Amino acid sequence: MLEIRNLSAGYGSFQALFDVSLQVDAGEAVAVIGPNGAGKTTLLRAISRLIDARAGDLLMDGRRYNDIPPHEVVSLGIAQVPEGRRLFPRLTVEDNLKMGGYTAAARRHHRERLDFVYSLFPRMKERRLQLAGTMSGGEQQMCAIGRALMSKPRLLLLDEPSAGLAPVVVQSIFDLMKRIRAEGYTVLIVEQNIQQVLRVVDRA
Amino acid sequence: MEFFDIFLVEAIVNGVLLGGLLALLALGLNLVFGVIDVIWICYAEIIMVSMYAIWWLHSVQGAPLWLAFPFGVAIAAALGAALHHFIVRPVLTAEPINQLLVTGGVLFFLQAAATVVFGIEFRNIGLQLPGVSVGELYLSMSRLIAFGVALASIVVTYLFLTRTYVGTAIRAISQDREIMPLMGVNPRRIYLLTSALGGGLAGLAACLLVLQYDIHPAIGLSFGPIAFLICVLGGLGNLVGGFLAAFLFAQFISVGGFVFHLEWGYVLAFVFFIVMMFWKPQGLFARRQ
Amino acid sequence: MTTTTASRIGLALLALLLAAPFLGIGAYPMHLMIMAMLWGFIYTSWALMGRLGMVSLGHGAFFGIGAYAVVMLWNHFGLPPLLGAAVAVVASAVLAFLIGYPCFHFRLVGHYFALVTLALAEVVRLTIVGLRDSTGGSLGVTPVPGIPAGESASLFALQFSDRSVWFYVVLVMWLLSLYVWRRVDRSMTRLALQAISEEEDAAASIGINVPRSKLGVAMLSAVMTAIGGVLYAQYQLYVNPETVSGIAISLQIVFGAIAGGMFVMLGPTVGAVFLLLLSESLRILVGNQVHGLDMLIYGALLVFFIIYMPKGILGTWLDWRARRAG
Repeated sequence: MLEIRNLSAGYGSFQALFDVSLQVDAGEAVAVIGPNGAGKTTLLRAISRLIDARAGDLLMDGRRYNDIPPHEVVSLGIAQVPEGRRLFPRLTVEDNLKMGGYTAAARRHHRERLDFVYSLFPRMKERRLQLAGTMSGGEQQMCAIGRALMSKPRLLLLDEPSAGLAPVVVQSIFDLMKRIRAEGYTVLIVEQNIQQVLRVVDRA
Repeated sequence: MEFFDIFLVEAIVNGVLLGGLLALLALGLNLVFGVIDVIWICYAEIIMVSMYAIWWLHSVQGAPLWLAFPFGVAIAAALGAALHHFIVRPVLTAEPINQLLVTGGVLFFLQAAATVVFGIEFRNIGLQLPGVSVGELYLSMSRLIAFGVALASIVVTYLFLTRTYVGTAIRAISQDREIMPLMGVNPRRIYLLTSALGGGLAGLAACLLVLQYDIHPAIGLSFGPIAFLICVLGGLGNLVGGFLAAFLFAQFISVGGFVFHLEWGYVLAFVFFIVMMFWKPQGLFARRQ
Repeated sequence: MTTTTASRIGLALLALLLAAPFLGIGAYPMHLMIMAMLWGFIYTSWALMGRLGMVSLGHGAFFGIGAYAVVMLWNHFGLPPLLGAAVAVVASAVLAFLIGYPCFHFRLVGHYFALVTLALAEVVRLTIVGLRDSTGGSLGVTPVPGIPAGESASLFALQFSDRSVWFYVVLVMWLLSLYVWRRVDRSMTRLALQAISEEEDAAASIGINVPRSKLGVAMLSAVMTAIGGVLYAQYQLYVNPETVSGIAISLQIVFGAIAGGMFVMLGPTVGAVFLLLLSESLRILVGNQVHGLDMLIYGALLVFFIIYMPKGILGTWLDWRARRAG
């Protein structure tokens, strides 16, 4: 489904990725593991087109999408849960989820998707009118994942989902990951926490 | 002079009516600042141009007011969008002072353009609305209408921002612009829409002002600074704060102008502003960062 | 061009300037030169603050105080403008302190500072208009003629009918402003202030009293602008609240300083010359036939400058030269 060929990318004069290649097939869960600064976040940003690829190809279903504007990546079916959650702090949980389902295609199925996300995360339903910035780290992570799921993505990207969370919470996040996989979603995770992530993925 | 002089009460009520109008002014400015982080120094001039547009279509071309008003709003919205696209966007990454100054240049430009096109005589749409007696008070109908419409617009804008997708996106982008594309939102488009909305609100204010005041290229200078100060007082970007600050400010102007003399109301309001800045620098109802 | 060549040219020009009134220049060019130096003086005063990150949109307040203080005190109390100027200086310094102290103390910068200063300029303007019984309101006012019959000048009344006298007065003030610029620049304060405008915490941590330094420069800037107002009033012999106070003149001052380049000593002066030539040539070409065309172009140019030449004419030119050499 997703294919990265010889990707190079960076920021200004700093290059973070050198000739990276990667493939994710439908239904798979793949992890990219490495220490800080290895360029993992850069990889996901390049996939979501938040930064430009300097060299190499990004392909989805065999079609090159290097040049599409960043806001069209969601329509390809790629959704990302960014590093650090990045919820909109002064919007409610519900509004955050609404933003996840912003695209025209997603809006048509808003009710459905919302119900699905709430079924995965019952606590989100309880807190749906709460300002996202006031929630705990674990709750925020759930909300962020839920937000990404609102667009019914074919490929879900997760950037360090366990970062900054207590071990107990991390456990529940990865359990969640398993559930999402069980629902049939294809997942690409970038992580530092090797132990946990290996429980979830097919390859790394 | 007794304290509960009926004229004092009238001044207070007029202050409330004025507050509604000022709140509408502040709304547009605050919206643009809250979302795009730019202060349109020329905001009042957009209103002025819109007022001329309404006057031109109605008094010169003979169109009915119910056509002239939407025309004015449309012109203002277009002006807002154009302002953002051609003038603000190039300096978005520069120093904030450049953004202030570039809109300052537009202020001069619009004032001068109005002078060149329409001359310096005072214009008026010639609408004479009757006064209205409410109990013992004698109030101006145009002010009452302005108040009503202003409040209605504010409510509509509030609903737009909270209930619609685009409105939610507008609120979201001011909180985290970078991740907007991840949700399929084109930030540029949102900025443009916000600018058009800000302009449109200015146009709406123009419709209300044209009912009460004469039009002149320099009238922007009369209420422009006030609008800025209200926004700052309420906390730049804080829509609710601006709303409340508008009414407070209006009371100073109205009652102060009544107790002393016209200009002094303004002086009092401005001095109040300066004092407030030192007491609560981030605004009376500042958004906690 | 080496610095010695540059300074030789500069000295030659200065000599020319000093001799100007004797070179048989007509009244109108003389007037232009006086205005260029006067506005150069004022814009430079503003830039003292502006270049250090304190962008004031309210210098019209000080300009207006200077202009009106001298005229009012002279017209109503017969107080000689030299003393009136002293009053204006004190008033401006106090006002700058009152506004500046809390601003810098509470780190009110950027937008907030700009808008507070804007409010100040408007307060001054509205006060002048409001005191219409004394000030004549929006119609403006003229200083009472004070030159005794048979004479051509009066230091007491600070009125000179001979333009050459004004030429030298303004020339001295202008050179003074450049000197002040240089002194502020060279002193320890400047390094501190540069650091301050970029990194207040860092500057504070090495022991620089940030608010005090800022306040000093702000007060200096305010006082000099007020003096500019005094000179303007006495030279033009007419003042009007809309032209000497309020937002319009404040923006003009800012624009003038920036158009020339506010980070360079001679930048604001270049800006003054530029604006002057612009408005005069427009007035000649288009004249009073079409009201407002000069402002139209002025506004368009301001926009153009900010977008494409944020460092101003002189600044951009110097940059370009440096890049060519480097």
